[in-house]
Amino acid sequence: MSVQDAAAGARAAPGRPPSLEVRGLAFAYPDGHQALHGVDLRIEPGERVALLGPNGAGKTTLVLHLNGILRAGAGSVEVGGLPVAPANLREIRRRVGIVFQDPDDQLFMPTVGDDVAFGPANFGVTGPALRERVDAALRTVDMLDYRDRSPLHLSGGQRRRVALATVLACRPEILVLDEPSSNLDPVARRELAEVLLGLETQGWGTSMLMVTHDLPYALQLCPRSVILDDGVVVADGPTRELLADPALLARHRLELPFGFTLNP
Amino acid sequence: MGAGHTHPLFLPGRSAVHRLPAEVKIVAAVLGAICVVATPREAFGVFAGHLAVLAVVWAVAGIRPGWILRRAVIELPFVVLAVLLPFTGPGPRIDVLGLALSEPGLLGAWNIVVKGTLGVLISLTLAATTPLRDLLSGMQRLHAPALVVTIATLMLRYADLIVAEAGRMHRARLSRGHDPRFLWQVGATARGVGALFIRAYERGERVHLAMLSRGFDGALPQDAEGAPSRRQWVAGLAPAGVAVLLAAAGWSVA
Repeated sequence: MSVQDAAAGARAAPGRPPSLEVRGLAFAYPDGHQALHGVDLRIEPGERVALLGPNGAGKTTLVLHLNGILRAGAGSVEVGGLPVAPANLREIRRRVGIVFQDPDDQLFMPTVGDDVAFGPANFGVTGPALRERVDAALRTVDMLDYRDRSPLHLSGGQRRRVALATVLACRPEILVLDEPSSNLDPVARRELAEVLLGLETQGWGTSMLMVTHDLPYALQLCPRSVILDDGVVVADGPTRELLADPALLARHRLELPFGFTLNP
Repeated sequence: MGAGHTHPLFLPGRSAVHRLPAEVKIVAAVLGAICVVATPREAFGVFAGHLAVLAVVWAVAGIRPGWILRRAVIELPFVVLAVLLPFTGPGPRIDVLGLALSEPGLLGAWNIVVKGTLGVLISLTLAATTPLRDLLSGMQRLHAPALVVTIATLMLRYADLIVAEAGRMHRARLSRGHDPRFLWQVGATARGVGALFIRAYERGERVHLAMLSRGFDGALPQDAEGAPSRRQWVAGLAPAGVAVLLAAAGWSVA
């Protein structure tokens, strides 16, 4: 039984802790700017949730709390039942896979394969098991043929998918995607969506939190959405319902692209 | 850019030299360079011997001397000073083609030029037969400081990216009518360099964040490749061994 099967099996098992449990999270930057004012968010295993909100709403600040890069001023974060605390940081960073907005920030090794191996090697995977993880992750994002290439010479969409593979190879409990569709052409955007939707059927068993301004993408990929504005969660519900409420969207500086209308 | 990371100093090939583990070649190159430096400058014949050893390595590796000599031009700016030494050095003076040149100056210039050239040729030979990432993993397996290897790895990855960024900023300036031919417009270029520095710095911060998120704790993970065999060490270090003998011979002659 592979790790993926184990993860999928555990998901089906009753009583599994939520993938993410954020309670009363508050944070102020050293300059005094209060970015989060008590955020509550619970994501069940296997759930796909979009985190929507205008610029400056605190989305990135929230994401950096999930793997302990920023420390909560008040409140708590738990990932798969494990609290984010200095003693657990290593395991927390394995469980939370963040795909950053610019793949060039994420991909820094000389070859694609080296980069995908970086995370699992840091978490102690070696030898044939490491190779197998790299191959499995690259196969999932359809980039296996590029393992020995430099990330420098890939297209934007390919780099984005490799960045996803670098995180998948760590076998995360929850995948956090920061603006996954930015700077992608329509085809690359669709290909990425197919990969992300395919994760469930391929048995990766990870939950997903997608931070985005791209409302149609949120609708396509995430059954549930959360709107964050001014450091608090102001709406939480089925994506289609939230996006079909123009007054709600307008209140929080969100709007569907020109020509789009949604029926609830 | 077919497979892996290639660079202009690398000559792809499948020769015995190419197939040697990187750490063996690094040790051989360092030893060779030390022997060249340790050879007394008056032992003229020994330097010819060093060159002959290199020529044999080139023959085995399938490198044409012309290919490597063209790349050795990189050395020129560094030996320009040496040309001045025979004119500015102290006496006694000897007559060369009607010019009274300083004898210690001549020897000093010869010393710099011959050792510098041989050193560059050795480095070029190493670079020509070893891909960059193998050089890095070889250094890592030789227990070079982890920080140095990490910095070199990141430089290798981001130098191109920053050059591309600089290129984009330059084009954006040109598109708004900037014409750096005029001296009074040099300010914009200078500010561009400043902006580039800040952008590179910020990218460094983001890269570090992304590395931390994947469990980075200060050292790059090692790839568990087997240690070189005794035969590979012996074969790889053979040219360096000859160089040691040559240097020793140089001292007994001088």
